[in-house]
Amino acid sequence: MFGLRIASPAVRFRQTPAVAATEKPQSSAELFTTISGIEVAPVATPETAAIDYERDLGSPGRFPFTRGVYPSMYRGRLWTMRQFAGFGTAEETNERFHYLLEHGQTGLSTAFDMPTLMGYDSDHPRSLGEVGREGVAIDSLADMETLFAGIPLGEVSTSMTINSPAAILLAYYACVGEEQGVPRSELRGTIQTDILKEYIAQKEYIFPPEPSMRLVTDMVEFCTAEMPLWHPISISGYHIREAGSTAAQELAFTLADGFTYVEWALERGLDVDDFAPRLSFFFNAHLDFFEEIAKYRAARRIWATVMRDRYGAKNPRSWLMRFHTQTAGVSLTAQQPEVNIVRTAIEALAAVLGGTQSLHTNSFDEALALPTEDAVRIALRTQQVIAHETGVVNSVDPLGGSYHLEALTNELERQAYDYFDQIERLGGVVAAIKENFFQKEIADASFRYQGEVEAGERVVVGVNRYNLEDEPELEILKIDPALEQKQIDRVQGVRARRDSAAVEAALARLKEDAARDDRNLMHPIVDAARAYVTMGEMCDAFREVWGTWRETPVF
Amino acid sequence: MAGKIRVVVAKPGLDGHDRGAKIIARALRDAGMEVIYTGLHQTPEQIVETVIQEDADAVGISILSGAHMTLVPRIVELLRAEGAEDVAVVVGGTIPTDDIAELKKLGVAEVFTPGAPTSAIVDFLQATLTRESTV
Repeated sequence: MFGLRIASPAVRFRQTPAVAATEKPQSSAELFTTISGIEVAPVATPETAAIDYERDLGSPGRFPFTRGVYPSMYRGRLWTMRQFAGFGTAEETNERFHYLLEHGQTGLSTAFDMPTLMGYDSDHPRSLGEVGREGVAIDSLADMETLFAGIPLGEVSTSMTINSPAAILLAYYACVGEEQGVPRSELRGTIQTDILKEYIAQKEYIFPPEPSMRLVTDMVEFCTAEMPLWHPISISGYHIREAGSTAAQELAFTLADGFTYVEWALERGLDVDDFAPRLSFFFNAHLDFFEEIAKYRAARRIWATVMRDRYGAKNPRSWLMRFHTQTAGVSLTAQQPEVNIVRTAIEALAAVLGGTQSLHTNSFDEALALPTEDAVRIALRTQQVIAHETGVVNSVDPLGGSYHLEALTNELERQAYDYFDQIERLGGVVAAIKENFFQKEIADASFRYQGEVEAGERVVVGVNRYNLEDEPELEILKIDPALEQKQIDRVQGVRARRDSAAVEAALARLKEDAARDDRNLMHPIVDAARAYVTMGEMCDAFREVWGTWRETPVF
Repeated sequence: MAGKIRVVVAKPGLDGHDRGAKIIARALRDAGMEVIYTGLHQTPEQIVETVIQEDADAVGISILSGAHMTLVPRIVELLRAEGAEDVAVVVGGTIPTDDIAELKKLGVAEVFTPGAPTSAIVDFLQATLTRESTV
């Protein structure tokens, strides 16, 4: 139905000459390519990095925004330090939220547990053993009230990492705001909602792609009309990269997803300039320092160009790619975990030099378990050191003009346009998902990388070199298994207390509207939320109408 | 052992992290084993059914969601109930040290944690299954 038709401006992008690094020291098998396999010139020169300043870079805050989305960047305002948190029940996570706010964090970010992400209530048989394990368990509005108790929603901005059931969680959040006396038009935050990358990489999908995309578009339409300060989608490369993609794949697949959401919203009849300014992005910060900075710069340039030239956006705010960044979980090692503090600091620095708007730094113990409070504090302090002690915030895009960085930026951009062409030939993102295109590309890339590590061509400190014989045990966070029963009791208590006639009526309306493409599902979802219909019940109603999705396993 | 070693690579529970499972599946296949990958979101019952149907010598369970202490014992128990306790159960994922000891007590043959090279897993399966077949 929707195909990406983005012509590659082939003339503009001169391919970086692939200069093989021939001067390898005899003793080393290590590669001189980037972590994604891009050949790097031993010395970059003006010829390697062909750029026209006004056309390709421009001043910060001006098209094509390669150097940053705002004229003064961090001199005007630092990035938001936003640590992702959630475990156990809403009570435990509410405590962690208060702890983070007291320690200088400036925004909240919620991690949900697997049953919540997959649309099951905590007492569902499939939830057994998973409740509160890798995020907070939310079953109904009652849990959401507890989660944000004592946190004035009119004053904080909140990010929620949830996709398939995103509409339901957004409705719960709006209801909590209502109860606190904050109208939904004043709520600020982001909900991930990026279902396409679920099929591509993270695999937390429930429904088939088409009804999922319809629900996403319902949310975009609803937020455009009623929640103007809210970001209804955070188009995410993070999980694509964690699943093993290269930097170029992360860049290309994420942007292709973004264009697909734009096309669905346009098809719905929305004006691009009414919703595009509220689309935001979420990228990974991996270890290859310059490649990552180049990736963010290329992303901004592509988005601005395509939004203006292909989708006809006229409002400059529609051209701006604003993004959140998280350091690469996959780069953390279980061996000598303290070294992860160093990895995370370098990754975070790349995100800042790449002009991120908000940042999560991983805690050093996360290859082993959810982080302890001490580990999270060090992670937050890492951002504070970068912000206040290193001086990197003083000048916007301080590496702009570096031959090496500009060459890499051009090369990543070129690879992204190549992928757009391939995706278009497959019939667009949804068609390519059904053909397992992305899944195979990512599996190939991750297998290649693993082979390089095992061959010693890539060194992972503490894993395939500089190992320790006897590693000391690390104190890790343990989730009390009793929390699962506590949460089960909570949701069953809610079901016993509520008005069951109102619940039945709300569910009947959800099913009726789900079956009709001309209805926006957000209003009936908000009504169901107010009646304390659980998340699992709402998802079951949609499962009944839309069916579920299963991918063909490939490896 | 007659014929190729047959291994089911399984993703139990709601966990969608399939990077490791896919890499292991490929590495085992490249090492000459017959690999059956279940795909995602499998219940313990579905996994055991696949193991029995495929007459597998081993099952590799990949789990990164923290639900291993619920799901793995259930799989071991179901295998026993089916008379398939000779199937080697191997677990991979973010498994804390204390839980590793517990899982081994239950009958899990080996647990591989992040950073384990695929060659170690291949070697382990070849050694274990070859030894068993000569008994």
